[in-house]
Amino acid sequence: MATDINKITEEISWHDITEGCIVNYGGSAELFKTGEWRVNTPVFIEEKCKQCLLCIPVCPDSSIPVKDYKRADFDLDHCKGCGICEKACPFGAIEMKKGEK
Amino acid sequence: MSIRERLSGNEAIAIAMRQINPDVMPAFPITPSTEIPQYFSSYVANGLVDTAFIPVESEHSAMSAAIGAEAAGARTLTATSSAGLAFMWEVLYNAASDRLPLALALVNRALSGPININCDHSDSMGARDAGWIQIYSENNQEAYDNFVQAYRIAEHASVRLPIMICQDGFITSHAVENIELLEDKEVKDFVGEYNPESYLLNSEQPMALGAYATPGYYTEAKKAQLEALKNAKLVALDVAKEYAKLSGREYGLFENYKLDDADYAMVIIGSSAGTAKDAIDILREEGKKVGLLKIRLFRPFPAEEIAEALKNAKVIACMDRTESYNGNCGPLGAEIRSALFNAKLAPEVINYVYGLGGRDVTVDSLTSVFEDMIEIDKTKNVGEKYRYLSLRD
Repeated sequence: MATDINKITEEISWHDITEGCIVNYGGSAELFKTGEWRVNTPVFIEEKCKQCLLCIPVCPDSSIPVKDYKRADFDLDHCKGCGICEKACPFGAIEMKKGEK
Repeated sequence: MSIRERLSGNEAIAIAMRQINPDVMPAFPITPSTEIPQYFSSYVANGLVDTAFIPVESEHSAMSAAIGAEAAGARTLTATSSAGLAFMWEVLYNAASDRLPLALALVNRALSGPININCDHSDSMGARDAGWIQIYSENNQEAYDNFVQAYRIAEHASVRLPIMICQDGFITSHAVENIELLEDKEVKDFVGEYNPESYLLNSEQPMALGAYATPGYYTEAKKAQLEALKNAKLVALDVAKEYAKLSGREYGLFENYKLDDADYAMVIIGSSAGTAKDAIDILREEGKKVGLLKIRLFRPFPAEEIAEALKNAKVIACMDRTESYNGNCGPLGAEIRSALFNAKLAPEVINYVYGLGGRDVTVDSLTSVFEDMIEIDKTKNVGEKYRYLSLRD
């Protein structure tokens, strides 16, 4: 039976916690908003971007969405702000801002 | 129709495993349990079972592979002893917290050091808090019967925890005794098919296993696991009742031997219980009111039931076949004293360390324990409450 992922919160009682903490749900990691761990935040400067997509493969958290061969703004629900994309960008289209927002 | 045979404890376990016909057996050899995977691998080679046998490179790997196989949805078992169990330590806890009902045939042997290959309970007693169900056997018959019952307890929907069936190294594992086996079909029908609710190879329902539990979840996860372990007590009794109908052999949480009217009670685990029964028979003929409580289920610990069974005893001797290095008590002594204290019972309790590293346990040595208890009751001079038996002074 699929686990109701919305019921798994830090308020859960021991009666309701899933057996062995298993999660019967595919791809549930996406629902875990790890972006709240972020220290620094990347800013996407769209007018400088040439859509070379060099930032995509270097992102360790798959936090740069790509649609129709073009990148969009950052997925800040999962980005940890490591700054690798800023180093990889040849056009200065990514700037790291201090802080989590 | 039962089959009369003459088998060692290791052979008996291997035959129980063949009759169960598990899906996977990862194993690594270690004395004195080596014969179990050795016999079993011959069954695999001869096509008597459908099991995938994985000859792994260590016991840590054996238990890790067992966890992986069980999580995938396969009924899995393994066997080990002593340092092999110690090497499994880290992952024993994962098997339990992941709620994987795999079975381990443990052949009790002393842990190093000094290095020693003979029987004591330091290996399984060290693993007693890993969250596994632990059942101990007095002889080859009990080792066989307990192993046939193992999956029915471990896989029960209210339990789903790994189970360790223990027998004494060499004394039980290598001594050949008479035994009654069940027919293959009887075991197959009794154990039944394994149909896990959640398993990794289920393509219909993807799942995550072994999740990280933050401080917000960890305590609740532990409590839920504890309740499942406690459920094993009733399940073990139900399974034993059904097994008694099939085999004619009855099992409880523990066995009482001439205990009801006993003033002097010994609590013991494993093969020495047989020796203690002989000592009791002789002392009873002399009119001494002595009796025995033999532990079968050690995890979960049936504390209330044991306190009730011991409530009339004036002096109790707890026999620990391991040294706990706290200077106060052994693991069995601690459990029994705690059970008695919570039941507001206050008999004299003497805790003996005995049979370490294969030291002989004889009718004479266990008789001396009963004599000590009688003397304590007579003189009211208790003396040292944590003492060694058969120690050269």
